Amino acid sequence: MRVSMKLEMKDTPGQLVSVLTPISECGGNIIAVIHQRDPDSDSGVLDVQIVLDLPEGRLDDLVGQIKRRGVTITRIGKERLFLQRSLLMIGHIMHTDISDTVDQIDRTGFAEVSELSLVMPAINERSSARITLKTATAADMNSAVALLRKVSEKKDILIVEPLEECG
Amino acid sequence: MRIAILGFGSVGRGVARVVQEKGLGITVTGLADSRSGIMDPDGIDLQAAMDRKERTGVCGDRSVAPLDVVDGAEYDALVEVSPTRIDDGEPAITHIVHALSRGKHVVTSNKGPIALAHRRLHALAKSRGVQLRYEATVCGAIPVLHVLQHDLLGNQVKALHGVMNGTCNFILTRMEDEGLTYDQALAEAREMGYAEADPTYDVKGIDAALKLVILANTIWDLGITLDEIDITGIDLITPEAIKLACDRDTTIRLIAEAIPEKGLLRVSPRIIPRGTHLLVEGTLNAVTLHTDLAGELTFIGTGAGSVETASAVIGDLLYLGEHHAGAH
Repeated sequence: MRVSMKLEMKDTPGQLVSVLTPISECGGNIIAVIHQRDPDSDSGVLDVQIVLDLPEGRLDDLVGQIKRRGVTITRIGKERLFLQRSLLMIGHIMHTDISDTVDQIDRTGFAEVSELSLVMPAINERSSARITLKTATAADMNSAVALLRKVSEKKDILIVEPLEECG
Repeated sequence: MRIAILGFGSVGRGVARVVQEKGLGITVTGLADSRSGIMDPDGIDLQAAMDRKERTGVCGDRSVAPLDVVDGAEYDALVEVSPTRIDDGEPAITHIVHALSRGKHVVTSNKGPIALAHRRLHALAKSRGVQLRYEATVCGAIPVLHVLQHDLLGNQVKALHGVMNGTCNFILTRMEDEGLTYDQALAEAREMGYAEADPTYDVKGIDAALKLVILANTIWDLGITLDEIDITGIDLITPEAIKLACDRDTTIRLIAEAIPEKGLLRVSPRIIPRGTHLLVEGTLNAVTLHTDLAGELTFIGTGAGSVETASAVIGDLLYLGEHHAGAH
């Protein structure tokens, strides 16, 4: 899960470290730390924005630990899955249990199906679908696409992937 | 320069027509199709040979075998333009081996020998001090091999992507433009002469994969064969799938892709965004090279056709005349 936090802390040495320590204790991975120090301000308060990846279920624990250190959390944004990729599926999509196909992606915990558009031209003919996957990281996306390919191969469904490399 | 032409189908006749019309300092001293041959050190009457082929189905004397022409005619370069056979690359491999062994240059449009025996043939050419050139095997008239071997010296090619089969590109373009089914678009391609009676070789992605093998072996010397390419054709694509892609300002094309550092060698239908340079219409071909110095380069041109493919053969021949004259 990707989390963005806005923190308000005293502009004194050691304050930032006191926030970063509980993040690593909770298994979090810091993606970015953005200082917003106003040079004209003498309020003695520092605004810091932190973007991090955190394992599921650890957010409450982390928030508690940060608060106990006297740091104010002014905002928390959970953008769990922000990478998207649309693929096409061609085959007997309904009759090979589409909800099972979607479930297998959703059950991974790191990927979700966020859109499915299905066209069925006639009974007994192959149908076509556009499926959109969401994940937090590029590595997760590649794993999710690999899983979709594997599931689809067993169900004799053709997957058409986007060409990512070409500008 | 004296040449012997092996194969008198579409490409062979294209070469003959260009030589006949433009001269270019080329004399044809040997000519053969699969069932006949003809030799004349002073130059064969090409018009008579074309008329004979038209009238009788053979271009020369039935008592002269193609290999007799390879071994006996007086020429500087063998032009091996017989049809591609992917199972064993014969009889073209034998023709090329014999010519190289005689110390003759070879120019070919035949994908079989280059895809199956590139290293062996290249080593043989090197040991005899002659050249083996095969521009016409990849993307017809687009001079991509010349660019790679000469104009991009000093560059490292990181990846390549290509639309390398005109038949598939025509079918997908028609499905997109007119909402045709795959079968309807294929029937139309056949009518226009863009698809063979048995379209398997094209629509299953085998032709594009052979070109990818040739390019990958030329650029990176990978020594790979067709078995190492992950191939998916276009024969299962539906007009509905193309419509779903179009709804998002993208479409579907058969893309050949090689990224060695990721171990990726693949021919498959792919979703590509509008505005991508690689996205060409109809029977056109396109190749994009990703290089470390020159950045991204895309070449677009005609991928098949008699005179267009002959253009690549002629280019190779004149390059040899200029840079490697005085073969044995």
